[in-house]
Amino acid sequence: MDPVLYVAKNMRLDLRLIAEMIEPKTRVLDIGCGDGVLIGHLYRTRGCDARGLELDMGVVTRAVAHGLPVMHGDADNDLEHYPDNAFDYVVLSRTLQAVEKPREVLRQMLRIGARAIVSFPNFGHWLVRWQLLWSGRMPMTSVWARPWHETPNIHPCTIRDFFALCEAEGYAVERWLAVDDAGRRSPWRRFAGLANLFGEQALFQLRKLERTKAA
Amino acid sequence: MDQHEIPSVAHQHVVFSDGLALECGAALAELVVAYRTYGTLNAARSNAVLICHALTSDQYVAERHPVTGKPGWWDQVVGPGRPVDTDRFFVVCANVLGGCMGSSGPQSPRAGSASGDGTLWGTDFPPITIRDMVRAQKRLVDHLGISRLFAVVGGSMGGMQVLEWATTYPDSVFAAVPVATAAYHSAQNIAFNEVGRQAIFADPDWNGGRYFETGRIPGRGLAVARMVAHITYLSEQALTRKFGRRLRAGPVAAEGALGRLGLNGGGMSLFGDMFEVESYLRHQGSTFTQRFDANSYLTITRAMDYFDIAAEHDDDLARAFLGTRTRFCIISFSSDWLFPTAGSRAVARALNRAAANVSFVEIESDKGHDAFLLDEPDFHRALAGFLDGCAEHAGLSG
Repeated sequence: MDPVLYVAKNMRLDLRLIAEMIEPKTRVLDIGCGDGVLIGHLYRTRGCDARGLELDMGVVTRAVAHGLPVMHGDADNDLEHYPDNAFDYVVLSRTLQAVEKPREVLRQMLRIGARAIVSFPNFGHWLVRWQLLWSGRMPMTSVWARPWHETPNIHPCTIRDFFALCEAEGYAVERWLAVDDAGRRSPWRRFAGLANLFGEQALFQLRKLERTKAA
Repeated sequence: MDQHEIPSVAHQHVVFSDGLALECGAALAELVVAYRTYGTLNAARSNAVLICHALTSDQYVAERHPVTGKPGWWDQVVGPGRPVDTDRFFVVCANVLGGCMGSSGPQSPRAGSASGDGTLWGTDFPPITIRDMVRAQKRLVDHLGISRLFAVVGGSMGGMQVLEWATTYPDSVFAAVPVATAAYHSAQNIAFNEVGRQAIFADPDWNGGRYFETGRIPGRGLAVARMVAHITYLSEQALTRKFGRRLRAGPVAAEGALGRLGLNGGGMSLFGDMFEVESYLRHQGSTFTQRFDANSYLTITRAMDYFDIAAEHDDDLARAFLGTRTRFCIISFSSDWLFPTAGSRAVARALNRAAANVSFVEIESDKGHDAFLLDEPDFHRALAGFLDGCAEHAGLSG
């Protein structure tokens, strides 16, 4: 069997969706890259110069041992060390809600990269809303699976929250979609309100708004 | 056997009769580079890996040492099927400039071998730098017909040479693996080196550095230097695990070489008994004097102290790597306090600022700085995988 297909087949669906957003032969930084399955895939199938940052040292060792350019580091502390426009895409998947300063991380991503691709679990999903309303306790779902005192997710947000942040920060949303937990697309992509109710995960592609001449 | 110079052994070497101009302004009339190679250079001359050795190692990376009879110092890293696979790569390792295993150094004739004047350099050997060492290695690599090294790999002072290679000859290095090292020698590093040097100077047999004219060596001083240095190579945890507070059985454990060097307080241990850790250090000290030259030790430790890559580039480490196309893999060890992870991280971040391709991993180990020489499977896996990935990028067939 072709090893390239093998990699793709074993990749998380949301990573496959992200991979599809990335043009061939581009420079990519994957923050929180895990064992580097996305960057390996981007190199082998798209000829990208893809690199990774990962916090878990054991995972970094495994990625490096697979020949992938991964370094130990994290979104909060290491992005500032990259020069402006070093990458075409900077990817942050399922991590934004766990960083210390999400707004600063987004700023750094769009400083060092022309485009940012961000995925995060949607706290606006109906089940989350329902659980909080009905039980009066912090929601526990398949996506938000850990009790409030154990969760690393210190900055949960909803899809509408994220749209609002992009507007406040002056980021253009080039593409976005809501998916279920397995990464399958949800059918509400035209309506942010519905996506915010039924989407378990959100995936955004951002770039900085060009300053208009009048401004 | 009395305290004599290191047994003289014929080392494989190449002589450059045009010598080498050094950074300090002095010039060597003749440059000798002793080296060993393993594996086969391919037709495209694209599979060469240069190994850079640390302060007291030498070119005998992966074979029995001709002086000590011990296995190669990086036997577990370099060899057939090892991370630096000699079935695949052509491995070169040179004795550093200033060393005492055949390359030009304080034990070399000052006027060159052809002049007939056998006067040795001794302490008059010019102060050298890590860059001088690398420039000597470059001569060897050119001599071997290799225009681009697939990889340069080294730990500790070897890692300094790797960084120097990558900044001085960026186009000649496809991949660089600096292990357990830093971009400069810290004040603490220099301080420990200075204790070692002072121990050598204080030896009654030092004779102003011209000890070789008396037939004796400053063995006690050199042994103490080694003992101090050896402590810095180990972690507290490793010392505790190996020795704890155990006393060595029997009061007269320190005879033989230890006694001859006067390290045991005159034939007997001063307090009548000895901790295991003392015995171990004395043994390390005394065996070291049988294979290493005191003047080489001074010359090389000084070169390490001078090392500061950023200083060569307007105090900006990132500038040293600007525009580099070399792929880097920075590796540190969690319990290494001589070259702590922070120093490696600083190099990795400078490489980020230079938009270089860099992998960076800290290997979990309790063995201290020495870990880079020991059986550390995670380190070996990371190194093997990195070189494998680079070989794919370099178009080297498996």
